Amino acid sequence: MTSQDSRYDRNGFGALAFHVVFLVFILAPLAVVCLVAFTPDNFLSIPTQHFSLRWFRSLMGDEDFQSALRTSLWLGVTSATVSTALAVPTAMGLARYRFPGRDAINSFVLSPLMIPPVVLGIAFLRLFTLLDMGGSFESLVACHALLIFPYALRLIMAALVGQADEGERAARSLGAGRWTTFRRITLPAILPGVAGGWVLAFINSFDELTATIFVTSPETITLPVRIYMNMSETVDPSVAAISTLLIGLTLAVMLVLDRIYGLNKVLVGNH
Amino acid sequence: MNATTSRPAGASAVSAVPANKAKPAASPEVASQRRAAWALVMPATLYFLVLLAVPLVLTFVLSLHGFDPNSGGILPTVSLQHYVDIVTDSYFYEIFLRTLLLSAGVTLLCVLVGVPEAYFLFRMRDPWRSLCLVLVLGPLLISVVVRTLGWSILLGREGLVNTALTKLGLVDHPLQMLFTMGAVTVALVHVLVPLMVLSVWTSLTRLDPAVAHAARSLGAGRPTVMWRVVLPQITPGILSGSLIVFALTASAFATPALIGGRRLKVVATTAYDEFLGTLNWPLGAAIAIVLLVVNVLIISGYNRALEKRFTRRLG
Repeated sequence: MTSQDSRYDRNGFGALAFHVVFLVFILAPLAVVCLVAFTPDNFLSIPTQHFSLRWFRSLMGDEDFQSALRTSLWLGVTSATVSTALAVPTAMGLARYRFPGRDAINSFVLSPLMIPPVVLGIAFLRLFTLLDMGGSFESLVACHALLIFPYALRLIMAALVGQADEGERAARSLGAGRWTTFRRITLPAILPGVAGGWVLAFINSFDELTATIFVTSPETITLPVRIYMNMSETVDPSVAAISTLLIGLTLAVMLVLDRIYGLNKVLVGNH
Repeated sequence: MNATTSRPAGASAVSAVPANKAKPAASPEVASQRRAAWALVMPATLYFLVLLAVPLVLTFVLSLHGFDPNSGGILPTVSLQHYVDIVTDSYFYEIFLRTLLLSAGVTLLCVLVGVPEAYFLFRMRDPWRSLCLVLVLGPLLISVVVRTLGWSILLGREGLVNTALTKLGLVDHPLQMLFTMGAVTVALVHVLVPLMVLSVWTSLTRLDPAVAHAARSLGAGRPTVMWRVVLPQITPGILSGSLIVFALTASAFATPALIGGRRLKVVATTAYDEFLGTLNWPLGAAIAIVLLVVNVLIISGYNRALEKRFTRRLG
C-alpha cells in the first residue's frame, strides 16, 4: 500500500465528527446512570456539588437486592454449566459427523434465538403450571439453560471447526476409545472455546429479563427483574446504584475476556 | 447462526478406514458413525423437546380454550375465537400496526446510523480501532434494563435533555418525551444499533481491500468506489443486520414497557398484560402464538428471498 493510498483510506473530518456523536449517543445513557448513582438527593439527579455513596451504602442493607443478586449469580453459574454440559456433546455431533436430520437438529437447538422471549416465557409458565413447579429455582435453571444454549453452542462449535481432527484420528487409530480420545485430545484443544461459551452463556443468563418475569416467584426474583420492578414503580437512585454496579461488573468481565481472547473475537463471533 | 461446519460430509468416517475398505452408505461403519452422532446430539434434543416443543404445543392448545371473564377461569371449549378477535378487533389491530411501524422505523434508523459507523470504525488504525470497537459493542453485554434506565433519566421531565433545552432557551416548558413513540424508538435504536454495527463489521472484515484499490487505480472517485465496490460487498451484512434488528424490535419487551408505559402498548407488552395483568391466559397465549408465527414467517421469508437473490447473482 502506498502512502497515497493510506491517506485515501483515512476518515475525513465529517467521518470523525459522526463517530464522536455516535460514541456520545452510545455512552451517554450509561454515563448518566453512573453519575446519578452518586447523588446525595432522594431523587434521580446529576450531582453537581456533592458526591455521595449513600445509595451504594443503602444497597448493603437491602435484603431484596442482595437476595436478587445471589439468585442471579447462582442461576447464571448453574444454568451456564448445565447448558455447556449439553452443548459440548451436541457440538461434537454436529461438527464431526454428517447424518440424516443434522440440519433439523441444528436449527432446533439454535431456535431460542428466533423465538421472542415473551413467547418462551409464556410457554415455560404454561408447562410449569401444569407440572406444579412454577417459580422454583430448578424451573428457572431449566429455562435459562435452554435460552442460553445457542450462545454456548456457537462458541464451542467454532472451536471444534477451527481445530483439525487429525489428533483425534491418530488417537483412535492407536486404539484409544471414544471417551479417552475426547478427554485427552479433543477437550483440551477446545477448552478455550468451552470456557468462552460458558462465560457468554453466564452473561446472557445474568441479563435475561423477559422470559424470567413469567417464571419467577417472590423467592426467586433475579436482579434484572428486581430492577425492572423498581423502575416500573418508584424510581429512586438506588436503582441507579445497582445499575452502576452491574456496569462495573460487566466492564470487569469484558477486561478479563479481552485479556484471554480479545474482546472483538468474542463479540464478533470467533470465526 | 452460521456456526455450522463446511467440512466435507463424512470425511472423518471415510478417512478413518483404509481407502479400499470404504463402502457406500448403510455399511456397518457408516451406521456406527450415525449411532455415535445421534448419541451425542440426543441429550440436547430431548431437552429441547421437553422444554421447548412441548410447552409451545401446550401454549397453542391453551390459546384455543375459552375464557370466562366473570370467574377468571379457563373454559374447556375449543375454538379459534381469540384469533378471530385479534384479527378483527381494532384495539389489537392498532397494537400490531404500532409494533410493525416501530420495528420498521428502528431498523431504518439503525441502517442509517450503524452502517456508516461500522465503515468509519473499519477505516481506523489500531489502537483506536480496537478501543472504539469495544466501546461500541461492549454495551451489548450490559443489561437492557440498565440501558433503558439511562434513557428514562435523560428523557424525563426534569431530565438532562429537558434541562439543556430549557437553559438554551429552545423551549419554555419541559417537553413530554417519555411515553412517546419517539422516545421508544431512540431507546431501541440505542439498544440494537451495536448489532447492526457488528453485522456490517463482519462483512467488512471479509472485504478484499485490493478490489477497492484496483478501482481507485483505474480512476474511480471516492463516491464511486463506495457506491459500486464497497456497498455491494457489505449488502449481505446490512441485510442480515436489518433482519436481526427488525425481529428483536418486534419482540422487544422491557424498553417499550418502561419508556412507552401503559398507553403505548406493543405486542410483547400486550401479551404480558393479558397473562399477568388481566389473567386472560387463552387470549395472551393466542397473541404469543401470532407473534411467534409472524416472527418465524418474516425471518424465514427474508432468508429465502436473500438466498434467491444472491444465488441468482452469483450463478
